[in-house]
Amino acid sequence: MSLTVLTYLVVGASFALYIGIAFASKARSTGDFYVAGKHVHPVANGMATAADWMSAASFISMAGLIAFLGYDGSVYLMGWTGGYVLLALLLAPYLRRFGKFTVPEFIGERYYSDVARVVAVICLIVISFTYVAGQMRGVGIVFSRFLNIDIGYGLLVGMGVVFLYAVLGGMKGITYTQVAQYCVLIFAYTVPAVFISLQVTGVMVPQVAFGSEVAGGGYLLAKLDAIVTDLGFAAYTSGTKSRIDVFFITLALMVGTAGLPHVIVRFFTVPKVRDARASAGWALLFIAILYTTAPAVGALARLNLTTTIQTGPVGEETGNLPYEERPEWFRTWEETGLLTVEDKNGDGRIQYYNDANADFANQAESFGWEGNELTVDRDIIVLANPEIAGLPDWVVALVAAGGIAAALSTAAGLLLVISAAVSHDLCKGVFWRSISERRELMAGRISAAVAILLAGYLGFNPPGFVAQVVALAFGLAAASLFPAILLGIFSVRVNKPGAVAGMLAGLLFTVGYIIYFKGVVVEPFAADVAENWLFGISPEGIGGIGMLINFAVAFSVSALTREPPEEVKAMVRRIRVPR
Amino acid sequence: MKKSSHWGDNLRLVAICLVVWFAVSFGCGILFVDFLNQFSIGGFELGFWFAQQGSIIVFLLVIVAYVLGMARIDRRHDVAESDADETQGSEPGDPG
Repeated sequence: MSLTVLTYLVVGASFALYIGIAFASKARSTGDFYVAGKHVHPVANGMATAADWMSAASFISMAGLIAFLGYDGSVYLMGWTGGYVLLALLLAPYLRRFGKFTVPEFIGERYYSDVARVVAVICLIVISFTYVAGQMRGVGIVFSRFLNIDIGYGLLVGMGVVFLYAVLGGMKGITYTQVAQYCVLIFAYTVPAVFISLQVTGVMVPQVAFGSEVAGGGYLLAKLDAIVTDLGFAAYTSGTKSRIDVFFITLALMVGTAGLPHVIVRFFTVPKVRDARASAGWALLFIAILYTTAPAVGALARLNLTTTIQTGPVGEETGNLPYEERPEWFRTWEETGLLTVEDKNGDGRIQYYNDANADFANQAESFGWEGNELTVDRDIIVLANPEIAGLPDWVVALVAAGGIAAALSTAAGLLLVISAAVSHDLCKGVFWRSISERRELMAGRISAAVAILLAGYLGFNPPGFVAQVVALAFGLAAASLFPAILLGIFSVRVNKPGAVAGMLAGLLFTVGYIIYFKGVVVEPFAADVAENWLFGISPEGIGGIGMLINFAVAFSVSALTREPPEEVKAMVRRIRVPR
Repeated sequence: MKKSSHWGDNLRLVAICLVVWFAVSFGCGILFVDFLNQFSIGGFELGFWFAQQGSIIVFLLVIVAYVLGMARIDRRHDVAESDADETQGSEPGDPG
């Protein structure tokens, strides 16, 4: 059976499973639609949260990103897991106790203000659409590479599947499909990782293989450090970003993670406060399985790639792979254009080194090298892994299904919070308070459908700034939603003017800083280099400062204005205890 | 009285957990990474291990400690949820 047919079968079977779940879990009330009736078991919610959170970026891109960043890639590993500690300790149990449906609803009631609620809705929609565009793109890439379908048709199929279970089942449908999607994606991620670990180090567990000796002798990481520095790259285990930048990017990602509405809302779906605490732990366990495997995959892949090309000592003529002898997976990915070779010095061999390093570039010239000849798109690392390791076709098919599961589960979670924000916060909460439950449910379904169409459009015609706005999504969540919720729980004194001023200050500062250097929609005002940054903090890490500004403004303005009304204070005291 | 001291215990536990959370990630993984890299466990430099593996494992342990600790605090102050009672959102004060 050919790989394409096999992939169709595996992906098709996974779709049939998701659609089956969709019909089995139709939403009958707004409670079902927004929070799955609050009947989700904490372990199931943990899995659903993990699938919700781990996107196409985590599944497809992260290991490749780390492979090329080395130590600097730690910001993603710590940032995207450390946020769960903040969620579990500072937000989830109290928001579950509050017991309503959406994040803007909490902000609106805690700060007794429709303005605060609308500001929260705007942040939520910007964050979620930013994210969802990337997911739909991921679906398109997997379809076009593995199923040889045009990206546009791939997107249509993906949209159709999400449409069925998100529009029909709402949160209830999404939750149980996410559980299934988690199982598919984690299996697809770990199987190739185990095989590659075995091949390179003889150890099965990737997390252990990461620190083990390789076949030729010497530890994996020591060998990797040696070979990449020989080629003029920074040592794998030390990285190139400044300490302060690593610190603030990690902080912004952690706080941003904790402030992402589609993640927070998952903790509204469990029956009890103690389930909300426990399910944050389960979620992190399920996430950690992938997140501790990814850096091992990254290091193994970097070593594999480098030694495939640099077959002998650096500088000797026979030390580099002749182009004609390149392996099969190399050819496959060359066809996609994601891996390209340009024989600059015409010697028929591939040279892969850091020609941006001036000292090494001079040395390389003396070898007769005339520039780096290999360009690898980091996104192919995970997708090409099974082929690099020479694994059977069914594993390749599984990875395709896993990538699609990761992208669809996150897309569905995002689309649901967008539709809930429109139907529950804007329609029911602010502009049409007398709407009946049946109409509200219909409004939720319609807005989910519209959101899917819009997301599909963004996936097909990604605006040029998608890559830049990922920093924006985390920055926004870190500077606006997270502080507003945190203060709403841990301070009785912060009031309406304080919270609104704080959110706007954090928001304007963070968005302004990112646009200043990254130029979303407009041209950047200054070069995005360390010399220009405030305290040496890059736009990716500025959300942490935005959060501090939010805190400072919220406390100062609250201290100068009237205390919140008595019933709001009572509500804060009530949500602090489970019963 | 009882409620405020439940909240006090809650805050103390959260503070301890956050100190550990900060120490393993921002401490061992970032600020003191060079110092810790002098030491190694297996093939890992210690600082690098904390940054790419250890911090994640400790995060998980922190949440487990928090969940167990809060369950004890809830019982001590007699505010633990019974198995029957499903906390529904009740009258959180109308927005005004």
